[in-house]
Amino acid sequence: MPLQSTPGHASFDVAVIGAGVVGCAVARRFALAGAKVVLVEKGADILSGASKANSAILHTGFDAPASSLELELVRAGREEYLEIYKQLGLSLVRTGALVCAWSELEAGKLEDIARQGRENGISELGLMTAAAARATMPTLSNGLVAALEVEGEHIIDPWSAPLAYLTQALALGCVFLRGTEVLRGEFDGRWRLETSAGILEVGAVVNAAGLYGDTVDKRLGLAPEFEIKPRKGQFVVLDKAAFRHVPRIVLPVPTEITKGIVVCPTAFGNVLIGPTAEEQDDRVRATVETRTLEALLVRGAEIVPALAGIPVTAVYAGLRPATEKKAYRVIARPEKRAITLGGIRSTGLSAALGLARHALQLHEGFGAAFAPPSALPAVSVPNLTETCQRDWQQPGHGEIVCHCELVTRREIEAALASPVPPGDFGGLRRRTRAGMGRCQGFYCNARLAEMTRGRLATPLAVDEGRKP
Amino acid sequence: MNTPADVLVVGGGPAGVAAALELRRRGVEKVVLLERDCHLGGATRHCSHSPFGMREFGRVYFGAGYGRRLEREAEQAGVDVRFGHSVVRLGEDGSVLVTSPQGVETLRARRIIASTGAREQPRSARLISGDRPIGVVTTGTLQSYVAFHGLMPFRRPVVVGSELVSLSAILTCLAHGARPVAMLEQGSHALARAPLTWLPSLTGIPFLRGAEIVDIRGRDRVEAVQIRHAGEIRTLECDGVLLTGRFTPEASLFLQSDTGVDAGSAGPAVDQDGRSANPLLFAGGNVLRAVETGGWAFREGRSVGAVVAADLKRDPAAPEFIPVTYDDPVKLTVPSLLRPSHLREGAFWHFQLRFRRRAVGRLSLELDGQAIWSRRGRWLPERRVLAPLPPRALLAAHVHFRFQEES
Ligand SMILES: Cc1cc2nc3c(=O)[nH]c(=O)nc-3n(C[C@H](O)[C@H](O)[C@H](O)COP(=O)(O)OP(=O)(O)OC[C@H]3O[C@@H](n4cnc5c(N)ncnc54)[C@H](O)[C@@H]3O)c2cc1C
Ligand SMILES: Cc1cc2nc3c(=O)[nH]c(=O)nc-3n(C[C@H](O)[C@H](O)[C@H](O)COP(=O)(O)OP(=O)(O)OC[C@H]3O[C@@H](n4cnc5c(N)ncnc54)[C@H](O)[C@@H]3O)c2cc1C
Repeated sequence: MPLQSTPGHASFDVAVIGAGVVGCAVARRFALAGAKVVLVEKGADILSGASKANSAILHTGFDAPASSLELELVRAGREEYLEIYKQLGLSLVRTGALVCAWSELEAGKLEDIARQGRENGISELGLMTAAAARATMPTLSNGLVAALEVEGEHIIDPWSAPLAYLTQALALGCVFLRGTEVLRGEFDGRWRLETSAGILEVGAVVNAAGLYGDTVDKRLGLAPEFEIKPRKGQFVVLDKAAFRHVPRIVLPVPTEITKGIVVCPTAFGNVLIGPTAEEQDDRVRATVETRTLEALLVRGAEIVPALAGIPVTAVYAGLRPATEKKAYRVIARPEKRAITLGGIRSTGLSAALGLARHALQLHEGFGAAFAPPSALPAVSVPNLTETCQRDWQQPGHGEIVCHCELVTRREIEAALASPVPPGDFGGLRRRTRAGMGRCQGFYCNARLAEMTRGRLATPLAVDEGRKP
Repeated sequence: MNTPADVLVVGGGPAGVAAALELRRRGVEKVVLLERDCHLGGATRHCSHSPFGMREFGRVYFGAGYGRRLEREAEQAGVDVRFGHSVVRLGEDGSVLVTSPQGVETLRARRIIASTGAREQPRSARLISGDRPIGVVTTGTLQSYVAFHGLMPFRRPVVVGSELVSLSAILTCLAHGARPVAMLEQGSHALARAPLTWLPSLTGIPFLRGAEIVDIRGRDRVEAVQIRHAGEIRTLECDGVLLTGRFTPEASLFLQSDTGVDAGSAGPAVDQDGRSANPLLFAGGNVLRAVETGGWAFREGRSVGAVVAADLKRDPAAPEFIPVTYDDPVKLTVPSLLRPSHLREGAFWHFQLRFRRRAVGRLSLELDGQAIWSRRGRWLPERRVLAPLPPRALLAAHVHFRFQEES
C-alpha cells in the first residue's frame, strides 16, 4: 500500500511494527489513548506470523512462572478480554481445563502445580481423583491417575480477536500499512523509519515483530538483547464428529520447555491435538511432517480413546517466537522512545491486551501524553464460532459457498468489503472459515477462486483457462 | 412445508435423482429432493470427458448435459426439487435441518434417503509433509475450476495417484493447457487397468511407481515437491500438486448423527435394502462406499427408491440386524448389515466388496460357518468385487467373508 494514499498521515505519534495478535492489540490500545498510530506489517495480511497458528486457549496463567511479567500480562490480558469480548462480537467458550496425570509420578506433581497456581492468584483450582475427573469428562482414558481442574481456562476464536482489535483501532483513525516491511530506522528525537513502501516519521516505535523481534531491533539500531529461537508446534484438527467427545481442554503435566500435547475443543466445533515443541533455525518454514502427525493422532486416541478413527480435517504448524530465555523480552528504551515486545512465545494470544496496556504505560514513562477520543465508535466483527448464531441460520445469506463449515456468500462478500479485507487466501479462511472444513475445498475452492479474483496477493487461479 | 413429505431425498446426484424418479414411478405422492447446489447431477457435472446416461437414457451425455437431463426427468416426474437447500443435520426421528437463502427450517418425512455422494481426500487427511501453500488440489476441484469458471489452479502439477480418476485428471490438465510434470503412484502397480494406464506414457508424462511425496515446498504457491523414488530423494519443480482418487463418502451427516458410519466404508452402514440402523434412514450411491461410476450410482439409487416405495406401505419398525464381518485385507462390504426381510425384493443382490491392498487367495462367504460361495484369485485395491447375496443370508446368525491368503 503506497504511503501517498494516506496524505497527512505519513507522520505519526507511534508506529507499531508487526500485525500479529500483539501488534493489533497494541495499535488498539494506543488508538484508544488518542495516539495517531500506524501499524506496519510486511505480510499481505494481519496474522502472517506466529499468530496464525496456535491452540486458541485463553490462559489463566496458573502455570506461568511465579511473579513474572508474563504472569502479570496474561492475567491482565485475560481480564480485559473478558470485559470487552461481547462488545466486539467475539466469543468465549468456558470449557475449563483438566491437567491430567497419567502416572503416579505425574500425579505427584499436581499438588505443586496447584500450589503454584494459587500463588499465581488463580483460585478456581481443584485436585481431583481420576473418577471425579472422568465424571466431568467420561471420554478420558481410564489410564488417568489424577487431575487438576482449572475452571478459568477458556477457548476463543484466535483470528477474530486480533481482527476486532485492529478494526477498532482503524475506527479510531489508526492507519494500517500491509505489504510494508520496516527496513531501517534512525532516531533523532523522532524516528525516521525506512520501509519497503516509503518513509515514515514517528514519535515512538513499538516492535511487535514476533519471529523477527531481534531482527527489527537490529534494523532500528537498538542494541540486541535477545535472539529468536523459533520453536515449531504441529497440530492435527479432527472432524467435528470429535467435538462431543472433548468438552474440556485436556492438558498434560507440563515440562520445563513445553506445555505438552493438548487435546482441546475449538470454538468452531472441532478438536485439536497438539502442539509439538521442535526447535529450529528457520523462521519461515512451518512444515507439517507425516510421522509427527501420525504420532499426534496416536497420542490423542490414548488420551481420549473415542477419537480413534475420527477423520482428520486439517493439519497445520506454527512457530513460537521463543528466545534463549523462557521469559518475555519486554524492553523499554526511553532515550530512544522505543519499546520491544519480544519473545512472546506461547501465551501471546492471552496476554496481547495486557501487553498493549503495558506498552502504553511504558510509553507514558517517556513523558508523552495524548488526548483520548471523546467518543468510542461501536465496532464488532462477524461471529464464526459455534457458540453464537451463525450467518447460515439467518435468512438472506444468498447461498452456502463452503458446505463443510457452512460459510455463506453474504459472509464472504462482507469479509471482502470489510475495513480490513483479507490480503491472501489464508486471510480469507481466517475471516470466514471458507475452505477450512473436512473437504478442504473439494467443493468450494473453485468457487472461491472465482469470488476472490483480483482480490488476493497470490490468486488461487494461475490465470484464465479456456472456457469449457 | 408443514405437512411431512413421504420421502425426503438428500442430494441430487445420479443416485438421489434415480431414487426420486423411482419413488414417483411407483406412485409415491410427495417426494422432495433437497440439493444444496443449484443444479442436479452431482459429481457428474464437472466430468466433461466421461460419457454418462447410456444405460438409463439410451444416449450419451457429457458433463453438465447429463445433469440437465436429470433435471428434466425430475420435473416431468413431479419430484419437488428444492435447489440451494443444504441439509445440516439428520434427525433420528425422520426430520432434517435445512438451510437455504430463506433461512433454516426443519423438514419431516416418513422416510429419508441420503445420497450425498463421495469426494476425494484432501492433502490434510493424507497427512502429507511440507509447507501448506496454494495449489494443492484434488481432481474434483480442478475439474470445477475448468468446467464452472474457466480457471486453472496450476500449469505444471505433479499428479498423485493412478486410479481411473487420475487419468481423467490428466486429460483435464492436457485439455486446458497444463502439463503434468510427473504422475506418482505409491504402490508398485497402477490402480487403474490397462489400457488406461498407458495414458501417461502415450502423453509423455513420466509415471513413477513406488514414489511418494515427502515434502511440499512453497511459500505462497507450490514451488517444488521432494519425492522418494527407488530409494532416492529427488526434487521436482512444479507449481501445483494434483491429488487424485482416494475417495471417501461424503457422509458427514451420518458421522455427526447417532447413526454413525461404518468403520470399513466410512459411509453409513446399511442392510440389504439400503436401510441404516435407523429404519427411517436409507442411503444409496457413492455415500455408501467409494467409489463407483455414475451409472452404478444411478442404478443403486433406483433400487433403493424401489425398496423405500414398498417400505412406505408398512410400519417402519425393522427387526434387529446382524453385522457382516470380514477378514483383512477385505476393506468393506455393502451391505454391511443384514435383517430378516419383509420385502419381496431387496435393493442389493450382491455384496460389494473392496480390498485394502493387493492380495492373492481365496475369498469365501460363510453363513453360520458354512461356506456357500468362494472364489480364488488375485484381488486388487479399489476394484469392484461382487459376491452373491442369497435370500437365506438374511436368516443367518453369522455372515462372514473369510480370506485365505496364499503367498
Ligand atoms: C503452536 C503454538 C501454540 C500456541 N498456543 C497458544 C495458546 O493456546 N494461547 C496463547 O495465548 N498463545 C498461544 N501461542 C502463542 C501465540 O500464538 C504467540 O505468543 C503470539 O502469536 C505472538 O504474537 P506476536 O504478535 O508477538 O508475533 P507474530 O504473530 O509473529 O507477529 C509479528 C508480525 O510482525 C511482522 N513483521 C516481522 N518483521 C517485520 C518487519 N520488518 N516489518 C513489518 N512487519 C514485520 C510479521 O510478518 C508478523 O505478522 C501459541 C503459539 C504457537 C506457535
Ligand atoms: C473428479 C471425479 C471424476 C469422476 N469421473 C467419473 C467418470 O469418468 N465416469 C464415471 O462414471 N463416474 C465418474 N465419477 C463418479 C461419478 O461422478 C459418481 O459416481 C456419481 O456422481 C455418484 O453419484 P451420487 O449420486 O452417489 O453422488 P454425487 O454425484 O456426488 O451427488 C451428491 C449430491 O448430493 C449433494 N449433497 C451433498 N451433501 C448434501 C447436503 N448435505 N444437502 C444437500 N445436498 C447435498 C451434492 O451437492 C451432490 O449434488 C467421478 C467423480 C469425481 C468426483
